Amino acid sequence: MSATFVPVATEEAADAPREVVEVVGFSDRIFRGIARGSGITVLAIMSLVGVFLAVRAAEALQSSGVSFLTTQAWEPDGGKFGIAAIIVGTVLIALVAISLAVPMAAAVALYISEYAPRRLKATFISLVDLMAAVPSIVYGLWGLFFLQQHVTGLARWISTYFGWIPFLSVEGADPTDPLSPSTVYTSSSFIAGIVVSLMVAPIICSVMREVFSQTPAGEREGAFALGATRWGMIRAVVLPYGKGGMIGGSMLGLGRALGETIAVFLIISPVFEIQPRILENGTSSVASLIALRYGASSDFALSALFAAGLALFIMTLIVNFIASTIVARSRSGAESDA
Amino acid sequence: MSLTIDQSVTQSVPGPRPATHVVLQEPDAPQERRRSTATLRATDGYAIGGALVAALCMAALLFTSILPFNAPFGFVVVTYLLFVPTYALLVSMDESGPAVRDRVAAVVIHSLAFVMLLALVFVIAYSLIRGAQALRFINFLTKDLASTGPLDPLSSGGVLHAIVGTLIMIGIALAITIPLGVMCAVFLNEIPGGFTRFVRTLVEAMTALPSIVAGLFIYATFILILGFPKSGLAAALAMSVMMLPIIIRSADVVLRLVPGTLREASYAMGSGQWRTVWHVILPTARSGLTTAVILGTARGIGETSPVLLTAGVTASLNTNPFNGPMVSLPLQVFEFVKSPENTFIIRGFGTAGVLMILVLILFVAARLIGGRAPGNLTKRQARRRVAQSIRDVERMSGTTDSTANVTETTTPSP
Repeated sequence: MSATFVPVATEEAADAPREVVEVVGFSDRIFRGIARGSGITVLAIMSLVGVFLAVRAAEALQSSGVSFLTTQAWEPDGGKFGIAAIIVGTVLIALVAISLAVPMAAAVALYISEYAPRRLKATFISLVDLMAAVPSIVYGLWGLFFLQQHVTGLARWISTYFGWIPFLSVEGADPTDPLSPSTVYTSSSFIAGIVVSLMVAPIICSVMREVFSQTPAGEREGAFALGATRWGMIRAVVLPYGKGGMIGGSMLGLGRALGETIAVFLIISPVFEIQPRILENGTSSVASLIALRYGASSDFALSALFAAGLALFIMTLIVNFIASTIVARSRSGAESDA
Repeated sequence: MSLTIDQSVTQSVPGPRPATHVVLQEPDAPQERRRSTATLRATDGYAIGGALVAALCMAALLFTSILPFNAPFGFVVVTYLLFVPTYALLVSMDESGPAVRDRVAAVVIHSLAFVMLLALVFVIAYSLIRGAQALRFINFLTKDLASTGPLDPLSSGGVLHAIVGTLIMIGIALAITIPLGVMCAVFLNEIPGGFTRFVRTLVEAMTALPSIVAGLFIYATFILILGFPKSGLAAALAMSVMMLPIIIRSADVVLRLVPGTLREASYAMGSGQWRTVWHVILPTARSGLTTAVILGTARGIGETSPVLLTAGVTASLNTNPFNGPMVSLPLQVFEFVKSPENTFIIRGFGTAGVLMILVLILFVAARLIGGRAPGNLTKRQARRRVAQSIRDVERMSGTTDSTANVTETTTPSP
């Protein structure tokens, strides 16, 4: 056995701290150069996108001024354009989507992490992750060809019995006439919202499930040992622990819902006025406006589209930023892959 | 109460530790019945079944003779709304408050999860079933649409041009994003500092970039300002702008999971930073990096909007990404369903089916390669590593003549 050698202090000069010299070899210098170079390239590309967006938007924003936020029409070549209507449409669709998707996603996440038989767990996890990777156009097709025809009955029922709530009323529909055409209920924010909710639910669900499954086993078993039922344990341990992740996941889903283009584009019929009645035909969203108008645009009209795109980007940026802050501050860690 | 009994038992037993008390089986004792540890009891089943029958009957009564409703969807909803309170009532007859709440919560969560999963599976199955009619024809995968009109039957023409277009576009996009993205993620992890934090913040912000804005950016710069025509290259660039932040962010997360001890061990052996990255960090994170790239790819393949603005539309096969319009699978779906003709709509569903199968293949590949924590080996890898270390022991001990020696050297002597 070798004993630890303890130097005995002598009268000689006290130990001076050794000078640390970092020798960076030739290959390391090249590596750092390349790494820094790729960082700078990515920085350049990303800031180019942002700066270009802002610069191109500036032209339209200067000419319209504050009225850009308050005008409802979209006729850039006539000088009359603004995002009041399309932002309202975008937000309404996203809100319908989130209010449907979050409870569903939370239930699926709780089911998978707490209730599902152990043998089926891995299968369900793969299934939900696979759903999150399904292209949005598939959801759009389903909405366009299936939901559009089958959901009008529900929309009519809601507007008949709950029409006294302002945003659930439908103009131009006569609930007393059973033979009135159902076209007034199609292409609405409600239908687009349902489609987007199915699209974002797997994304929200996989963030929530990840957070729930990280709940410390000791706390779970502690709750059971104190006599809690399973639901009692979920309420007392899993949900408080996963709260940050739940909010963060929902915000991520909201960001995706705001930016969704093609599924919404297929379903809605665009109108350029503030239309808060979600069950009624006609709504609009920023992304589908860009998809609709990019081609036949003059230079100035394109600049106006850039301004709309900038507004959308700023909105999703704020939502994402809040999401990542909440997730980072919560106990549940940083499991939030967008 | 129980505590005091325990103490008295402990005190009564002589010796430093309480001995385990074994109950001896009496020879004429009745055979003990094994206690059931199953969490599901027969009464639960009776309660659910009874509540379901009661709810069905009440709903039928409401729909046939009391309320003016008749929709089948409404019938299901009303049945469910009646089922939950009935079930709660039945359970409350022999359970206390918290247990009733537990049962009701379990039923609600199960049913919501079931509805959600069913809806998602239905969305996908709907596209596949409606597209099956087109997918049956082999020419759907081997021909393009150059000589096929909206009125031609499904037995002519196909979406080969869109499949090839998608593969070329994603190939170019990956050739840009993999080296740049992975290298940037390495940069974020290896070279700390204020600049790194700034790049990381910017990349995280850019994951919020709506895909349509990425398309609009390439459309305005590459096509309108630089004057290139709409082409596969432009679409690939738009995809790259969209995928780059996603790949960097998830690769960054994966690289952060590499244990610091491995890195320090490598430095302690005297290797430089580059050697450490190349021989330790990247191999350790390989499966995670692959998953990050593949999931980013699935996202890029499925997006329609960047391609919509930049690729143009064509019906014929174009293998040159630098010249002429090129179409991708989601864009082709979009073009098909804009047509009112039924065969085109069926083709649209078929194309969506092809796209989903492509995504499924990518996803399965990601699951097979990735999904393992660093250092967590497959059986085959573990076997190979054991064989390797046996060879090493052999080589170092210098006894290479017989296998008997090998087994001796590999088994550590106590």
